[in-house]
Amino acid sequence: MLNGIPINYYIMLSAVLFIIGVVGVMARRNAIIVFMCIELMLNAVNLLLVAFSTLHNDASGQVFVFFIMAVAAAEVAVGLAILSMVYRNFKSIDIDLLSRIKN
Amino acid sequence: MLGLSITQWLFGILSLMAIMFALMVVFTRSPVNSVLYLVLTFFCIAGHYLLLNAQFLAVVHIVVYAGAIMVLFLFIIMLMNLNADTEPRKHIISRIIAGVVGGMLLFVMVGALKGAEHLQLVQAGTSQIGLVKNLGMVLFNEFLFPFEIASVLLLSALVGAIMIGKRDTSTN
Repeated sequence: MLNGIPINYYIMLSAVLFIIGVVGVMARRNAIIVFMCIELMLNAVNLLLVAFSTLHNDASGQVFVFFIMAVAAAEVAVGLAILSMVYRNFKSIDIDLLSRIKN
Repeated sequence: MLGLSITQWLFGILSLMAIMFALMVVFTRSPVNSVLYLVLTFFCIAGHYLLLNAQFLAVVHIVVYAGAIMVLFLFIIMLMNLNADTEPRKHIISRIIAGVVGGMLLFVMVGALKGAEHLQLVQAGTSQIGLVKNLGMVLFNEFLFPFEIASVLLLSALVGAIMIGKRDTSTN
C-alpha cells in the first residue's frame, strides 16, 4: 500500500541537506569541494521543488528543476574552467591562499 | 513493521543515506572520495525523485549530475593531482565556527518551518505529472521561450569555458 509522506519531512530533509552544503562551503578550503557543496545546496532546493510540485499537482515545479539543472551544468563548466586556469597560474586552489593574492 | 508502509520505509532509508553521504562529502579528507560520496548522494536524491514519481527528472538527474558533472569534477581533480596529503585544512577555530553557524541556521530553519503545511500528505506514486509526456507538454507549451533561452545559456557557457580554459600561447 502506498501511503503519503508528510510534506514536513521533505522540508526537513531539504533543510538538512542545504545546511550540510552551507557548512561545507564555510569549513573547507579546497575550491573544488566548495563547488561540490554548492551543487549539494542546489540539489536540496531541487528536491523540495519536486516535493511541492507533487503536493500541489502542478508540473511547473518540475520544469523549474529542469532549468536549474541546465543552469548548474553551465555554472560548473565555467567554474571548473576558471579553477583550472587559476591552478595553472598559481599551482594551488586553496581559497584562503587565493584570497590573499590581490595583485 | 512499526505501522509504516513501504513508501515510508523507503523514504526513511533514502533520507538517512542521503544525509550520511552528504556529511561524508564535507568531512572526507581526500577530494576523490568526496566526489564519489557526492555521486552516492545524487543517487539517493534520484531515488527520492522516483519515490515522488518524477521519473523524467530522476533519469535526467542521474545522467546530468552523476554522469556528466561528476565526471567533469573527477577529471579536474585528476588533472590537478590532488590527494589527502596536499589537502589544505582550515584552522580548527574556523571549522568549529562553521559547525556552530550551521547548527544555528538549522535551528532557525527547523523552528521557522515546523508548522508549515502541517500533515499534508504527498501522495507518492500516484501523481502523473512527472511522466515524460505530461512534463513535455508543459515544457513545450508554457515554457518554450525559457527552454530556448536555456539552450543559448548552455552554448554561451560552452564557448566561455573553452575561452577561459584555453592555454594562452601569446604570453609565453
